[in-house]
Amino acid sequence: MKERTRLSISFELNGSPRRIEVEAHRTLLSVLRDDLGTVDVKEGCDEGVCGTCTVLLDGRAVSSCLVLAPRVHGARITTLLGLSPDGRPHPLKEMFVRHGAVQCGFCTPGMVLTAYAFVRSHPQTTRQELRKALAGNLCRCTGYAKLLDAVEAYVREVCSVR
Amino acid sequence: MSAREVLERVGWRVVGKPVPRHDAWDKVLARTAYAADWEMPGMLVGKVLRSLHPSARIVRLDTERARSLPGVVAVLTARDVPRNTLWTDVPGQTTEVGPLRAKVHVLAEERVRYQGEPVALVAAESEELAEEALRAIEVEYDPVPGVFDPQEALSPGAPLVHSDSKSNLLARWTVRTGDVRGALARADVVVEGTYRTQFVDHAYLEPEAGVAWVDSDGVLTIRVATQVIEHFRDVADVLGLPHNKVRVIGTYLGGGFGGKEDVTVEVFLGLLAWVTRRPVKMVWTRQESLLARPKRHPFVMRYRTGALRTGELVAQEVELLADAGAYAFLSALVLLYASTTACGPYRVPNVAVDAQVVYTNNPPTSAMRGFGAMQVVFAYEQQMDRLARELGMDPVELRVRNGLRKGDRLPIGQVLETHVALPEVARRAWQALGPAQPPSGPHLRVGRGLACNLQPYGRIVWLHDWASAWVGFEMDGSVLIRAGVPDVGAGQASSLCQIAGEVLGVPLDRVSIHVSDSALTPLAGTTTATRQLMMSGNAVLRAATELREHVLRVAAQLLETTPVELQLDGHEVRTPDGRCVSLVRVLRECARVGVPRSAFATYHAPAGDPIDLDRGGGRVFPDFTYGAHATEVEVDTETGAIRVRRYVACHDVGQAINPQSVEGQIQGGAVMGIGYALMERVILDAGNNQTTSFSTYLIPTSMDVPDVIPLVLESGEGMGPFGARGIGEPPVGPPAAAIANAVYDAVGVRVTELPIRSEAVARALYELAGHNG
Ligand code: FES
Ligand code: FES
Repeated sequence: MKERTRLSISFELNGSPRRIEVEAHRTLLSVLRDDLGTVDVKEGCDEGVCGTCTVLLDGRAVSSCLVLAPRVHGARITTLLGLSPDGRPHPLKEMFVRHGAVQCGFCTPGMVLTAYAFVRSHPQTTRQELRKALAGNLCRCTGYAKLLDAVEAYVREVCSVR
Repeated sequence: MSAREVLERVGWRVVGKPVPRHDAWDKVLARTAYAADWEMPGMLVGKVLRSLHPSARIVRLDTERARSLPGVVAVLTARDVPRNTLWTDVPGQTTEVGPLRAKVHVLAEERVRYQGEPVALVAAESEELAEEALRAIEVEYDPVPGVFDPQEALSPGAPLVHSDSKSNLLARWTVRTGDVRGALARADVVVEGTYRTQFVDHAYLEPEAGVAWVDSDGVLTIRVATQVIEHFRDVADVLGLPHNKVRVIGTYLGGGFGGKEDVTVEVFLGLLAWVTRRPVKMVWTRQESLLARPKRHPFVMRYRTGALRTGELVAQEVELLADAGAYAFLSALVLLYASTTACGPYRVPNVAVDAQVVYTNNPPTSAMRGFGAMQVVFAYEQQMDRLARELGMDPVELRVRNGLRKGDRLPIGQVLETHVALPEVARRAWQALGPAQPPSGPHLRVGRGLACNLQPYGRIVWLHDWASAWVGFEMDGSVLIRAGVPDVGAGQASSLCQIAGEVLGVPLDRVSIHVSDSALTPLAGTTTATRQLMMSGNAVLRAATELREHVLRVAAQLLETTPVELQLDGHEVRTPDGRCVSLVRVLRECARVGVPRSAFATYHAPAGDPIDLDRGGGRVFPDFTYGAHATEVEVDTETGAIRVRRYVACHDVGQAINPQSVEGQIQGGAVMGIGYALMERVILDAGNNQTTSFSTYLIPTSMDVPDVIPLVLESGEGMGPFGARGIGEPPVGPPAAAIANAVYDAVGVRVTELPIRSEAVARALYELAGHNG
């Protein structure tokens, strides 16, 4: 097998500093899952279409299967596990549960993170805008209505009261 | 006392309430370990070498180079498989129905019959090494003529997909009742149509995956995403092991929809782990999943329907032709569902159905949500629409007039013993569309369509289906359920918790469940055929009811009264006059006097023998779920583009155990059906799959579909616990027909081929306007 360039990278993963050696061609998705055991990031297509592997990179939702691992050197990465302020479940998660937005749950990590990142930058959003914002995250189970209900309820009940 | 009577007395606590599912919390908190999330120390990576040819002989298969690569631990071909045949009769079922047995090779022997067929297996120290090993396997193919269209496959002289059979015909079913020719001749109107449906994929978001290891007790253990843990038997047969030396632990699935019903990775994992004696993990890529997994059957359906001026249906003649692809899998059964439901939820006195399913060198087709009872909806509901227009009748009126009633017979002779909700679902769905909305722009036309269906739930009665479950109290009064039910994401496990919690009066946070382990949970059959709520739901209900009786008997002794007087409520047992004893105390007493604190029960579904459909039969299915969908679409008269603006889906679910889960099934199923109607399509070019990624195989996004409005009816007459009916598959059937009918209503174009593509609509509009092609 050919020798490949290895790089040492450090970044913050869910609030903890991490430093690892990776081959330059590795994707963030495979490093998170295979090297760091962050298996709450799921793989649905490995080609940037389904949104299942979404993580937050410095607060922005990205498909981790499209990000080369060296790119995150010095960055902040948040996965579903990291979205739990003070160890309590994030209120958005509670809305997903309460509104039946979780069926098989395979799209859930990516969906919650995409919704979270979008609502943070659009706290006054509408259902139609949410529909557009979630269009990059496929869900084969829910038909989307309950997902939108959950995020809409979060916008209405949690975001606007602050 | 029946469970329902008990509930009437104490009041319903959790059944019928939209309680959040326990697994939803696990999933949002990232506690659920799916199949690919699992690791074992010293694990190898397993991969499959697949044929790139749809039809070829294998001239040479040389694994020498691959085997000698450092880090490659095993390379297996058909010669290394102890018994290279997988029998795909009815997964997990103990009763065999002879002619329905079909076989596939675990690994291809002397020839390949579809693109993606497994040829060899490797296990290596890393993913990259495994990939390198695949590249190092030398295969020389000699392409042989294939056949890619079922009609051509039937013509004389067509290449045979399986040279040991006389023709490419895999199975044929017929249904005959009355005199169709005569009735059609006497009918006032006869409408005719030919309808075509396409290959589609399940496209669950979780690709096939699992990990296998040989446990310290010598048991081959496979942790896998599957709808059928009973495949442990298939793995054992392939390896030549006793069945009790193989264990399948099913994970929570990231979707199944029938695609994880046939064997996926488990046999490959079993072979590799058994040979290498090391843990092996296998995860299929999305490309692999889309390339090689069985699809939904494409159908060609020819219908002639006759009616009187009054709208009364008098006859229906149906010819069905389905593409089985290269191997049989469950095709004969899928076709049986299609031929026995081909007339829909309507009373038709004279019926002739001729159905055939044919081998081709296309990808195999097998189970998918709706299982043969859904393609025919596209045909019979457009026939109803054509009739309504021909007769100048309201579409709802025509359906209500012909709708089946309780006590009626289906064309197969089966008598409908439970409530048939046809008039209600049709009226409710249609009314819920509300007042018509004007088009949202120039060149746009608005139209509405309706489609009804019936979908069996539970297995064919010939299979003598059963499921069992164990329910017990722990000493602290919490409840544990053990049931071999795979949870595909529809809430199977949590419904069982609700049922046990209800009967035992225990709050849901004190009920937990172990599912889907062939060694440790009582077998419950497959999570398919919309059967688990009925089957395992009834088994849990029985076990819990029996357990309740044990406990109350002992409590009655302690309280010096009779069990009938007592209420079991969370932490204590009470008498009507306010005396009580704690549940923990009762359980201790049970232990002391030797009364069981658990119960095991088996539920047997209605059973029957195979019938001769030709001469009219009888009961084929336990029962049906009835539904109706109504939609409003907007069609662009210049581009043919279709937008679904409103969508209502109404089903009689008998009794909603968890209304939120029921709504979720209806919404998700309807959207899968809308995808089927408008965009999904596996494109094959002489057996070569052109749609092996999510960028070419398109499923609906949140922008492609409106919010589906679910309407839940509860007739209370289902065969499940508390009168529930199954709802997993039914909602996927009506969308294509409802949308096609709405498109006709909008622009006068009758779409007979799926998916409904805007180009086809635009071309038809152009021709309608008097231009020629
Ligand atoms: S796995 Fe990354 S977008 Fe699908
Ligand atoms: S819940 Fe299954 S894919 Fe979204």
